[in-house]
Amino acid sequence: MLDKNGIAKRIAQEVQDGYYVNLGIGIPTLVANYVREDIEVEFQSENGVLGMGPFPYEGEEDPDVINAGKQTITTLPGASFFDSATSFSMIRGQHVDLTILGAMEVAENGDIANWKIPGKMVKGMGGAMDLVASAENIIVAMMHTNRAGESKLLPNCSLPLTGVSCVKKIVTNLAVIEVTDQGFKLLERAPGVSVEMIKKATAGHLIVEGDIPEMTL
Amino acid sequence: MISKKVATVSQALQGVDDNMTFMFGGFGLSGIAENAIAELVNLGISGLTCISNNAGVDDFGLGLLLQQKQIKKMISSYVGENDEFERQMLSGELEVDLIPQGTLAERCRAAQAGIPAFFTPAGYGTEVAKGKESRDFNGKMHLMEYAFKADFAFVKAWKGDEAGNLIFKGSARNFNANMCGAAKITVAEVEELHPVGALDPNQIHIPGIFVQRIFKGAHYEKRIEQRTVRSRD
Repeated sequence: MLDKNGIAKRIAQEVQDGYYVNLGIGIPTLVANYVREDIEVEFQSENGVLGMGPFPYEGEEDPDVINAGKQTITTLPGASFFDSATSFSMIRGQHVDLTILGAMEVAENGDIANWKIPGKMVKGMGGAMDLVASAENIIVAMMHTNRAGESKLLPNCSLPLTGVSCVKKIVTNLAVIEVTDQGFKLLERAPGVSVEMIKKATAGHLIVEGDIPEMTL
Repeated sequence: MISKKVATVSQALQGVDDNMTFMFGGFGLSGIAENAIAELVNLGISGLTCISNNAGVDDFGLGLLLQQKQIKKMISSYVGENDEFERQMLSGELEVDLIPQGTLAERCRAAQAGIPAFFTPAGYGTEVAKGKESRDFNGKMHLMEYAFKADFAFVKAWKGDEAGNLIFKGSARNFNANMCGAAKITVAEVEELHPVGALDPNQIHIPGIFVQRIFKGAHYEKRIEQRTVRSRD
């Protein structure tokens, strides 16, 4: 079974040379720590930064240089700043190659819910709806089950949707799953996790074909 | 040269009134019009509709207007960091319209550009789509969204000149650049106000034609919302 860093490490393998990548808040942010050093990747932050670097050294924080989580950041050589409309032109115009975000629920047709729980304080969707509506390549990073132990991979989402039929791949603490026209297709198992365990934790239709390899990290 | 310069924040805000619709630039607390917000608190006008990506924190940014109950309605994409906001929203005192961030930005840009409406895929199939016209383009469904209409836009830039030309710094450009010229009157406040000719025309982010009034902010706190650092070793 993987922890949050393990999920990030596995997703980092999906990041290819030359990719522009948008990372959501939470586990997705950790992916930046595990991207191979021999490839060139640029991280986009929807508040208007391309070429995000690590956090600044203490004393070098700049209130005018933050990421979409409002955290102080730095930029790398070749970085650029731009306005919000331009930022979403990059996203909506499909110039960003890969979007990685968290989710509360994913349905077997690729629907995603990650912004609102009825009856609880609603903070807003931020840029998530724009990202999932436009991105060609969306990977969801999340735990396989919620705190109550219920599956987050469902036949249909029960929570209000963020986007429809958009998720392509899901990496959880238990498995790597591809979203296909027929449902969730199991691609890889996390270390020490059996197919049975994954089946049990998946409420949506799970397709298991042949031997399922254990992921290499 | 057409001068946009006004001497004080109170001159810059002349004409603001109860029940108006205002745009506020900024992302979180980064690049917010601190001096215009402080003056609106002083003026005490109320019943305001505010278009702003976020709603500030309890004691800074638009949170200051919320504290005084000057805001009737917020149009934002994310409003997480404010207890008073939550209280007013849950009690029904405050009306909140949450919309996707890219749609918010484009509705500003459309207003700036004289485009009355546009289609975007964001929000299709979700509750954001309720009551909106949808249409298929190239096999994909889109929602029709309208340009904003606002009385004033309050934006903040790093440098400006008396002609109203603006240069932003870092990620503080955000919604500020898109809101210039998107309201009937755009009020820009700057950290540095330069004489005409001092700024290189090649480096201007927003041409002065989009700005009606410009003034030098008396003071900037530039508060950091999430201070994140790494260690040197």
